[in-house]
Amino acid sequence: MKMVKRALVAGTALLLGSSPAMAAWDLNLRVGVTELSREIYGLHMLILWVCVAIAVAVFGVMIYSIATFRKSKGAVPATFDHSTQAEIIWTVIPVLILVAMAIPAARTLVKIDDTRGSELTVKVTGYQWKWQYEYVDQGVSFFSTLARNHDEARQLDSGIAPASVENYLLEVDNPLVVPQGRKVRVLITANDVIHAWWVPDFGMKKDAIPGYINELWFRADKPGTYRGQCAELCGRDHGFMPVVVEVRPQAEFDAWLAAQQAARQAAQAPATQTAALAPTVEHVATVRVANAE
Amino acid sequence: MSATHTHGHAAGHEHHDDHGPASGIGRWLTTTNHKDIGTMYLVFSLVMFLLGGSMALVIRAELFMPGMQLIDPGFFNTMTTVHALVMVFGAVMPATVGLANWMIPMQIGAPDMALPRMNNFSFWLLVAAFSLLILSLFMPGGGPAAGWTLYPPLVLQTGDAFPLAIFAIHLAGASSIMGSINIIVTIMNLRAPGMTLLKMPLFVWTWLITAYLLIAVMPVFAGAVTMLLTDHFFHTTFFSASGGGDPVLYQHIFWFFGHPEVYIMILPAFGIVSEIIPTFSRKPLFGYESMVFATASIAFLSFIVWAHHMFTVGMPLAGEMFFMLSTMLIAVPTGVKVFNWTATMWKGSLTFEPPMLFALAFLFLFTIGGFSGLMMAIAPVDFQYHDTYFIVAHFHYVLVPGAVFAIMAGVYYWLPKWTGHMYDMKLANWHFWLSAIFVNVLFFPQHFLGLAGMPRRIPDYSTQFADWNMISSIGGFGFGLSQLLFVYLVWQCARGGAKATSEVWDAHPKGLEWTLPSPAPYHTFDEAPVVK
Repeated sequence: MKMVKRALVAGTALLLGSSPAMAAWDLNLRVGVTELSREIYGLHMLILWVCVAIAVAVFGVMIYSIATFRKSKGAVPATFDHSTQAEIIWTVIPVLILVAMAIPAARTLVKIDDTRGSELTVKVTGYQWKWQYEYVDQGVSFFSTLARNHDEARQLDSGIAPASVENYLLEVDNPLVVPQGRKVRVLITANDVIHAWWVPDFGMKKDAIPGYINELWFRADKPGTYRGQCAELCGRDHGFMPVVVEVRPQAEFDAWLAAQQAARQAAQAPATQTAALAPTVEHVATVRVANAE
Repeated sequence: MSATHTHGHAAGHEHHDDHGPASGIGRWLTTTNHKDIGTMYLVFSLVMFLLGGSMALVIRAELFMPGMQLIDPGFFNTMTTVHALVMVFGAVMPATVGLANWMIPMQIGAPDMALPRMNNFSFWLLVAAFSLLILSLFMPGGGPAAGWTLYPPLVLQTGDAFPLAIFAIHLAGASSIMGSINIIVTIMNLRAPGMTLLKMPLFVWTWLITAYLLIAVMPVFAGAVTMLLTDHFFHTTFFSASGGGDPVLYQHIFWFFGHPEVYIMILPAFGIVSEIIPTFSRKPLFGYESMVFATASIAFLSFIVWAHHMFTVGMPLAGEMFFMLSTMLIAVPTGVKVFNWTATMWKGSLTFEPPMLFALAFLFLFTIGGFSGLMMAIAPVDFQYHDTYFIVAHFHYVLVPGAVFAIMAGVYYWLPKWTGHMYDMKLANWHFWLSAIFVNVLFFPQHFLGLAGMPRRIPDYSTQFADWNMISSIGGFGFGLSQLLFVYLVWQCARGGAKATSEVWDAHPKGLEWTLPSPAPYHTFDEAPVVK
C-alpha cells in the first residue's frame, strides 16, 4: 500500500513536472522542504487519486449511459426505480473510503499540533501591510516590507514590466532568517486586522489575529529562500505583503544573529530617544530597530 | 388532466372578478399572484446576475496579466466583495425563490402561495435591499471591501458604506425569512388531496428543507451583522480583544449561518435536476426516498461542519478533528444523490434537450466541485488550500456549473409552460455549449493557481501565475458574453414563438404542472386536483 502510494506520488511528480522551467504552468502543490509539508503533500496526492478513481468509475457510468441509452438508438426505458442492495453498497463503500482517509489525516493533524521541543521561537506580528519578526529569546526584531522596487512596479500604470522584476511581489527588504534543521516555533498575532502567515514550502498557514496568539512549527531541511504571502484579506494592500524566509545552515544563522544583536546594541547604546529615532544609514540597512517597539 | 384543465378556464366564471392581471405598472407593484411574483424574482435575479457578472469581469480584466493596469487595489476589493454579495443574495437565492413561487403551487396543486401579500412584500424588500447595497458603492470611502464574509476587524474600517451594506443584509434576510415562511406554510397546508409528503416532487421537497434552513440561520446572520453595527457605532467590543471580545467569534457565528447558506443555494438545484433527469431519461427517479433522506441528512450535517471554513484560525486539535470528520461525512449523502441520478439514466431512453444538457453538465461539474470539497475537508491539507485560488475554483464549480446551471436547466425546462411558447432550441444549444466550455476554461485553471500558491482576493500576482490567469480571464469573458444569448432567448420566448403543448416535452414529463395548459392561466388549481 505504502509502496503503491509512493510510486503514485513519484509518478505524478514526474508527470506534472515541478522543474523550474515549467514554473509558469505549475499544476500541483509543492512538496516543500519540511517533514510536515511532505506529509501534507502525500495526503493531498492520496485524496486526489482517490477522487480520480471515483471520478473514473462514476463519470464512466455516466458517459456509458449517455452514449448507450439514447432514444435515438432505440433504447427502451426500463421501469425500475430503486434497488436497496445498490443503495446500501454505494453508502457503505464511501464510508469505508472516508475512514481510510481519516486515519492518516488525523495522524498528521496531531503532528502539526505538537509544537513541543522547539529550538527557536519567532514571534510574527501582522500589520497593514507588513510583517514584524521578533526573535523572542534573542532580543532581535525587525519589520519586513515589500521591496522598494517591487512597490514601485506594482503602482497603477507604473510603466515597469512585472517580468523585469525578479520574484515580482515576492521580495522583502528584511527576510526572516532561520536555521536549517531546527524546529522553529512561530507565534503569530496581528496588530490591526486579521492576516495569515503562509509559506507553501513549509506546508503551514495560520491566521494572525489581533489580541490572540496562534502557533505553528516547521523544521526546514534545505537551505534556501522560501516565499509566501499574506493569505487573509487585510485591506487595500493585502496582495502586497509577502513572506520571505531564508533558511541558513546553523553556523551562518548564528553569525547573522550575532550581527543583528550587535547592530541592535549599537543602536541602543546612546540610549537617547534622538538616537533611536535617527538611526544611521547602516542601521537601516541591517535591521529596522527604530520601528521595532 | 381534463378536469383541472377545464377548471382553469372556468375560473373566470366564479365569484371573484379580480382574476386577471391588472394593467400597467400597478400590476407589478401590487400583485399578489404567485406567477407574477415568481416572474419578478426571476427577472430581478437575471439583472443581478448580469450586474454581479460585470463585476467579475472587472476582476478578471485586472487579473488578465500581472501588474496593476486598470483599477485601484481598494476598488478591486470592493469588486470581489460586492460581486459575491450580489451573486449569493441577489442572483442565486432569488432565482430559486422565483422558481419556487412559480412551481411549488403548480406542483402541489395549490391555487397560489399561502401568504400572497407577504409574498409581494418579501419581493419588494429585496429590491430595497439591493438598492441600498448598490448605493453603498458610491459612498465616501468606497463600497464594502472586506469580503462578502465581512470579517471584523477589517470590515469595521469600511467608510460610510458600512451601515448601508449592513442594512441591506438585514432587509435581504428579512425578505428571505418571509419567503421561507411562505413556502413552508404553502407546502404544509395547500397540497392537493392525496398528495402525501412522500408523493411531493423532489423540487418541493428540497425547497421545504431549504426553507427550514433559511429560517434557522438567517436570524443568526442578522445577529452577527447587528453586533458588527454596535461594535462600529456604539463602542461594544463583541469582536475586539481589547474589550474582552474575540474576532474569531464572528467567524464562528458567520459560518454557522454561512455553511447552511451554501446548501440553501444548492438544495433547490438538486431538486430541479431531480425533476429533469427522470423526464429526459423517460424513467422514474431512482431512489426517491433515499433522495429525500439524503437531502435531509445534508441539511442536518450543514449545521455541524461550519468551522471547516476556518481551519487556520487556531482551533484546538479536538475542534479541528471534529470538523474534519463531520465534513467528510457530507460526502456520503451527496454521493448517494450523484449515484441516484446516474442510476436514473441507467437503462433509460435519453434525449438531450437544453434542460437535459444543463442538468448533465451540472451532474459532471458539480461532482468535480464535490471532489475538491472532499479534498479540502482533510484539515492538514486544507492548511495549504485555505484562502487560495483552489478554494475559489471549488466554490465556483459548485455555484456556477452547479447552482446556476441547474437554475438555467429549470428555466429551460419550465419556460414554455410559463410563456406558452417554445424557445429557439438551436440557439439554446449554442448557449449551452458555449457556457459549458467557457465555464471550464474560466474555473479549471484556478485549481492549478491555488495549488501553485496564489492567494485569493489579490489584485496583482507574481509572474509565475501569469499564464493560467490569462486563460482564466479569457474563459471569464467568453462565459460572460455567452450569457447574453440566454437573455435574448428568454426575451424572445416571452414575446412569441411556436406554441407549446400542455406537456411541452415529448418525453411526457410527470407532475401536476404538466396537466395545466401552456401558458399556465393566471389562476390555476382554484379547485384542488386529486392525486392518486
